[in-house]
Amino acid sequence: MNPVEPPAHALPSTVVKDDEPVLVAAAKAGDISAFETLVGRYERKIFRLAQNITQNREDAEDAMQESFLKAFEHLGEFQGNSRFYTWLVRIAVNQALMKLRKRRPNQVSLDDEIDTGEELIPRDVEDWGPSPEDRYEQSELSNILTSTISELDPSFRVVFQLRDIEELSTEETAEALGLSVPAVKSRLLRARLKLRQKLNRYFKRSENS
Amino acid sequence: MNCRNIVRELSNYLDEALDSTLKASIEKHLEHCEDCKVVVDTTKQTIQIYCNSEPAPLPEDTRQRLRDALKKRLRGVRV
Repeated sequence: MNPVEPPAHALPSTVVKDDEPVLVAAAKAGDISAFETLVGRYERKIFRLAQNITQNREDAEDAMQESFLKAFEHLGEFQGNSRFYTWLVRIAVNQALMKLRKRRPNQVSLDDEIDTGEELIPRDVEDWGPSPEDRYEQSELSNILTSTISELDPSFRVVFQLRDIEELSTEETAEALGLSVPAVKSRLLRARLKLRQKLNRYFKRSENS
Repeated sequence: MNCRNIVRELSNYLDEALDSTLKASIEKHLEHCEDCKVVVDTTKQTIQIYCNSEPAPLPEDTRQRLRDALKKRLRGVRV
């Protein structure tokens, strides 16, 4: 894989810990325990990523396992120019997309230019009022977020997942998906607007009164 | 700057990827357009809610199968 520039946004401190370069170096030198520590650190995020892409638990589990095994196998190729996590995400995206394409070969093409013919101007313009994070129990909110993102077309879903959940840069997302930067930007805008529209059902102020 | 342009530049505005002139003209529009302000705010919240959401713990059986696969392939342990 080609080295990429670090993304503009830093990951939350809970994700990237200071000891990561040490663990990666140890794992590269063959320390399996160090690699297992990295797996424990990222397994939840990689599983969620794979689930959001594949929309299938069995495929997500397989994609996660294969991603970690592939990462260990190819650790020697990791240059350290990007974060380990970004590198891992790119492997996981490839694994998950392969599963998705296998299951739905005619439905998943990320590289076609999408013209949905839909007007971008938002409908249902209404303030959300108090923070949705305060209004819903965490598990309830989590269910809302999961079911809402699953309604997106895969080519929008995966771009939103990488940019706004995994916090890859636009360039990293483009490279991971084999898309142009303008294509990523266009899909991201549509994905954000569609999600906003769909979340409106739950979060708009009138829903709360 | 009109509402359509605001939507077109929405991502760039939220990602702080605009030059200062364009940014200023968007903010001027937002001062008097309540609908665009709501769209900007709720889209920003959409991104933040997803970004802040913590992934659920792995189901126990999934975690165990991952551990077994790693042991088998990395350590050559029969599981």
